[in-house]
Amino acid sequence: MELDKKELGATHYKESALKEGKLLSLAKQPKLQYAWDNGPAIGRYLEELKEGRIIARKCNKCRRIMIPPRMFCELCWRPTDEWVYVKDTGKVNTFSICYVNWDASRIKKGDKPHLPAVIEIDGASEGMGILHVLGEVEPEKIKIGMKVKAAWKKPEEREGAITDILYFKPVRG
Amino acid sequence: MAYQKVAIVGAGITKFVRRAQETGKELAFQASKMALDSCGMTIDDIESVSLGTAPDAFDGVHMKGEYLSDGSGGWRKPYMRQFVGGGTGVFAPIHGWLHVASGMFDTCLVVCSEKMSSCYPHPQGAFKTIFDHTTEQALDPTLIWIFALEMNRFMSTYGITKEEIAQVSVKNKKNAMDHPAAQLPMEITVDDVMNSETLAWPVNRLDISPASDGAAAIVLASEHASKRITDKPVWIDGVGWNLDTAYWATRDLSYPRYVEKAARMAYDMAGVVEPKREIEIAEPYDPFDYKELHHMEGLQLADRGKAVEMLLDGVTQRDGDRPMCPSGGALGVGNPIAATGLMKVIEIFLQLRGEAGKRQVPGSPRCGLAQAWGDLMQVGTVVVLRR
Ligand SMILES: [Zn+2]
Repeated sequence: MELDKKELGATHYKESALKEGKLLSLAKQPKLQYAWDNGPAIGRYLEELKEGRIIARKCNKCRRIMIPPRMFCELCWRPTDEWVYVKDTGKVNTFSICYVNWDASRIKKGDKPHLPAVIEIDGASEGMGILHVLGEVEPEKIKIGMKVKAAWKKPEEREGAITDILYFKPVRG
Repeated sequence: MAYQKVAIVGAGITKFVRRAQETGKELAFQASKMALDSCGMTIDDIESVSLGTAPDAFDGVHMKGEYLSDGSGGWRKPYMRQFVGGGTGVFAPIHGWLHVASGMFDTCLVVCSEKMSSCYPHPQGAFKTIFDHTTEQALDPTLIWIFALEMNRFMSTYGITKEEIAQVSVKNKKNAMDHPAAQLPMEITVDDVMNSETLAWPVNRLDISPASDGAAAIVLASEHASKRITDKPVWIDGVGWNLDTAYWATRDLSYPRYVEKAARMAYDMAGVVEPKREIEIAEPYDPFDYKELHHMEGLQLADRGKAVEMLLDGVTQRDGDRPMCPSGGALGVGNPIAATGLMKVIEIFLQLRGEAGKRQVPGSPRCGLAQAWGDLMQVGTVVVLRR
């Protein structure tokens, strides 16, 4: 069989055909909400973020200090052993300069791009990173390996969320 | 060997389009009917059905496996839905292989159908909930972030440039000009890629595959059943799949270790000792252009950081020594997530049979590979095919 010699299915249409009423479709938006339980590991992580601290969990078998903290070590597949405070500094493992929003819409003209990054946190095991964003930095000045520090919300504004850290900013000097 | 040998004996595909008038069920039916017709079989000859389809959130239809079962010929048959995100299109035939290799069934229809266009304003939004709900979603991530972050890490680890990577997109979109199902066949230059809109540096618009609707299907048969069906069977000689940790930010993003593990599993089963020499043609998963190179390295088809040299030397062109994505890949044919991986399996099937038409690679290859990748950039799925 050669595909070139066959009649293939699927009939393309343009989005405008819906708007012009040439094709009918049904648009519905289910309005569901979820409340996600944190569990003991992320629960403590969030409580500590509210206090302006970052906490990790240690596995005494592989000796990894893991962030985000977890009650089991996915490598050794056994319970983790200890809570360990780590620093609120780290280095940029990788980053992006992003002009689109979560739903693929574009950022507004003149708005600053999103600056997502993987930050390797000081005090956690080598290569242990978290997803966060960068701030107080010109996009073109960002480098892999750059040292950064958490910029925290004011204590009274913190709510026990990853966004209690506003962003990570370059460490001067 | 404790397994029954399993052959691919037929294949079918729809066009890949941004928006299809047909429903997902209808697309599944079109591809499945074409696959059965291609080898002179009917649905009554099919003993089991393996269905692949990716996130339910695209369609807004929960239990999409059940929803698609009628169009896939799964009605009153042993029917199973597979789902590992973008890896689904090769995971579904792997499960089809399990159905037949185990001796449970002599035939299996493998169907992959995807309809991304139902999701507004853009199916990309459906991916937000793949990120951890508490520690990541609050940062408003878009899917492109993880690709941009991984691409940057890959580039900086090995000193590879955006211009070099763009040549993958140029090659694949050009290859797609000869694929009758293709959504984005184009003759473009590296400059076109570089000058296309920057979405999330280092990712530009032409570095990315499109959102698509489409379906693909293949028919599997045991060795003795295949003899009644075709004199040109293509054997699934090796299968492999592997999953890495969901703590993706703690992984080495420059190298897909899980793809290596999946490939080694498939190579061991197929008796492939030197993949660089023995795998003559491959369809690595290419939702983004750098992923073709990233995956070639994970698949052991290139040394770490060296896939780009094969690209620049023309080795991976359709008429090169090791053609990669001769179909046009996800970048050129389109990316209806689950159907893409199966499109890649079909391409290797046709190439090994010498039935790829204008896309036929020279040298009558005997051994090829198709691979897909997905979930939270953590799963590798691989099949090794031989004639
Ligand atoms: Zn451990």
